[in-house]
Amino acid sequence: MADLFIGDDKADEIEIVAVAAAVGTPTAVVRESERLVYGGIHRRRDHRHLLLPALHGLQNAKGWISPGGLNHVCEVLQVPPAEAYGVATFYEMFRLDEPELGPETTHVTHVCVDAACQIADNEDLIAELEARGAHVHRSPCLGQCERAPAQFHQGIGRHDSVPADTVEVAVRIPQQGDPSLRLLRNVGVVDPTSLDAYRANGGYRALGEAIRMGPVAVCAAVADSGLSGRGGAAFPTGIKWRAVAAEQGRPKHVVANCDESEPGTFKDRVVMEQDPFAVIESLTLAGFATGAENGWIYIRGEYPLATARLENAVSQAREAGLLGADAAGSGHRFDIEIRRGAGAYICGEETALFASLEGFRGEPRSKPPFPTTHGLFREPTAINNPETLINALDIVLNGPEAYRRRGTERSPGTKLLCLSGRVSKPGLYEVEFGTTLGEVLELAGPLTGSGTLAAVLMGGAAGSFVGPDALDMPLTLEDTRERGTTLGSGVVMAFTDEIDMTDVAVRIAEFFRNESCGQCVPCRVGTVRQHETMVQIQAKGSLSAQRRSLVDDIAEVMVDASICGLGHTAASAINSAMALGLLPEGGHDDDH
Amino acid sequence: MTITEVSVNLTINGQAVSVPEGTSIHKACESAGIETPTLCWAENLTPVNACRVCVVEVEGSRALVPSCARAVEDQMVVQTDSPRVRHSRKMVLEFLGSSVDLSQATDLAEWMRHYGADPDRYDQPDLPAERISEEPKIQDDLYIRDYDKCVLCYKCVEACGDDAQHTFAIAVSGRGFDARISTEFDTVLPDSACVYCGNCIGVCPTGAIQFKTEFDMRAAGEWRPDEQEVTTTVCSFCGVGCNLELHTQDDRIVKVTSPADHSVTHGHLCIKGRFGWQYVQPPTRR
Repeated sequence: MADLFIGDDKADEIEIVAVAAAVGTPTAVVRESERLVYGGIHRRRDHRHLLLPALHGLQNAKGWISPGGLNHVCEVLQVPPAEAYGVATFYEMFRLDEPELGPETTHVTHVCVDAACQIADNEDLIAELEARGAHVHRSPCLGQCERAPAQFHQGIGRHDSVPADTVEVAVRIPQQGDPSLRLLRNVGVVDPTSLDAYRANGGYRALGEAIRMGPVAVCAAVADSGLSGRGGAAFPTGIKWRAVAAEQGRPKHVVANCDESEPGTFKDRVVMEQDPFAVIESLTLAGFATGAENGWIYIRGEYPLATARLENAVSQAREAGLLGADAAGSGHRFDIEIRRGAGAYICGEETALFASLEGFRGEPRSKPPFPTTHGLFREPTAINNPETLINALDIVLNGPEAYRRRGTERSPGTKLLCLSGRVSKPGLYEVEFGTTLGEVLELAGPLTGSGTLAAVLMGGAAGSFVGPDALDMPLTLEDTRERGTTLGSGVVMAFTDEIDMTDVAVRIAEFFRNESCGQCVPCRVGTVRQHETMVQIQAKGSLSAQRRSLVDDIAEVMVDASICGLGHTAASAINSAMALGLLPEGGHDDDH
Repeated sequence: MTITEVSVNLTINGQAVSVPEGTSIHKACESAGIETPTLCWAENLTPVNACRVCVVEVEGSRALVPSCARAVEDQMVVQTDSPRVRHSRKMVLEFLGSSVDLSQATDLAEWMRHYGADPDRYDQPDLPAERISEEPKIQDDLYIRDYDKCVLCYKCVEACGDDAQHTFAIAVSGRGFDARISTEFDTVLPDSACVYCGNCIGVCPTGAIQFKTEFDMRAAGEWRPDEQEVTTTVCSFCGVGCNLELHTQDDRIVKVTSPADHSVTHGHLCIKGRFGWQYVQPPTRR
């Protein structure tokens, strides 16, 4: 694209420096592609995947992305301005119009408006912040549901931060130190900033064992353990790794999907913040098992502490030779590159994540082809979230038989659950698969407020509500499926009968409307029509039979014909709320 | 050396069909005489499968699949007229009809009747369904963009970019219902990368992008497609040999298209072929 057209607007000095800082550091993973440049084929670095870091640089420098700044990025990275604009406008954290902020403004305060914070008086917080002159941005779930109402400070000319991170009691892991913990073993016990501390507590023993076993045996152990993905789809991890291991002749990737944005979910955040080396070790292990040389971490932009901890862990691991040309003495090259998302729920969908990381709009791609053959940069890719990854450490270290001793036959192991809502001890819990919903809620203590339990949201906005009659439900993949619900990403959010569920349903519908990428018609328009229907219930106090059938029609096409999981699940929670009678029904439309 | 074509056998609506490997389900349906509605698909563009109006049911697949983008597989069992398919196609058409102006998408009207789509049922007397509402962008004398007719099929973006022109003057911006086709910062076309090849007009299925001549004539009530003649000729500007289809009304050229199946440019033209015909006729006498 030597003849790219770039407009007249120029970047100022601050923007030029910010972009240079964002794209100037050599990357651990080098992308090269063949490009036709006039007469010959030249090897040149394909810089497009640096677009998101460059846009972050601009946004942070000025609090918005100016036309001149965007032009400069396009010039540097050789990206067409219209496409870069399309990418920038895709993300919640980027502003493309100059905000009216005073010169003294150091940050914009994002306040969560999703369910857990909605029922924790977030509006009072917003009013209070605005009264104090803060610049407030209403944000979708910030992944801090255990400390609702959640805030995130998006910095201008300084780092992003989360106010709660600086508070001593910030992390809520009520089971901290319990010897039966597997996944949360190190959390709150081992210094998350020190590789030495991690190793002193058994860290990197699993990777050593994996190298001794060899990749084939590691994949076999993971397959035999019955480990399945913990993001919601529950795909068998061993099958995924073996498929990537079988691909030969092209660069391969392992990606840690750290973009958790499902409302109600904060498990990966806690793991990354409190046990970052485990994420790095397990990603390295996945790279070794699959034969991938390139590791990527795509972490949501609203997780500054987790990002800093992972960056620190990567650099310490690299210094110790655990990453690099001969990672951990394996004879295998492996390194990790960290990328921040910029506020888009859809980028947690694996193919959308690839598109986003590559520097394109985070729009999902059709499957097939699947990521194991056509993933990141259309190359073979194994993608897992941190919870799934760290399970592999125990499997390799203690063997699949030991792993299977916990949990049930079809759901082996333990599960991280994000308890929030009207419980007195919200936080992250690790329980064996098969623990009942009632037992889990008991762990989180008595309900708060004076109401009684009305519903529990399982699996987040993409999951479904269950009633108090489901307390005896064992939390396994098979039992939840049989009861028509899901474990999803491990959300367990309690609602009491004091809460107006119509308001909650309206917000869930609004969430999907806002987060739909807009690519396919069923989801782009369906989420809007669904939201309008929920607003109608709110306005009229009930849902007429005519509108009820419309809701079902909308749900059916979103489930059947959307491209990706967002559309497939966008009606799920609302349907379940209606089935449980949580929303008022009856009455008639004025006409129709 | 001989190239042997591998055939794939599948069943469509109970009918045995055999097509070459790599054929899309959509093409296989066509070869079996089954018509499929399409919107974002075009002969000369890479399928983006965004509109979902061509979905079919494939046995063993949980969700419906886009027939334009999915290749046939041996022993595939496809349904194109099942209740699920009919419902999804109807809903997609209804969703579009309820949110944008489809008055110039003549192909769709027939399909909407076929599937019984009723876009009006989303409107409530006091709570009207939200529609895309945009003023036409008239920024030059060659073509206009009227985005309240836009179904976001991505065709113009593809034609401007990787699939034909490699100009990248327009892209999808924003997200969800607020997504729009746009230049950077909505810059006016003459100040953008646009080279006025008009290939976006050629692929637009709804009239959201159209010749200024057509737009003006429609506004004046003078646009009469039934009276128009189409004459195929070869562009006289250079030696490439692009086919032109001159649309004439009252012995005046009113727009130019090019056949998508033509071997030279697959329906894509440059500014000269697309707009350089004023010299053959005196300026409009109004």
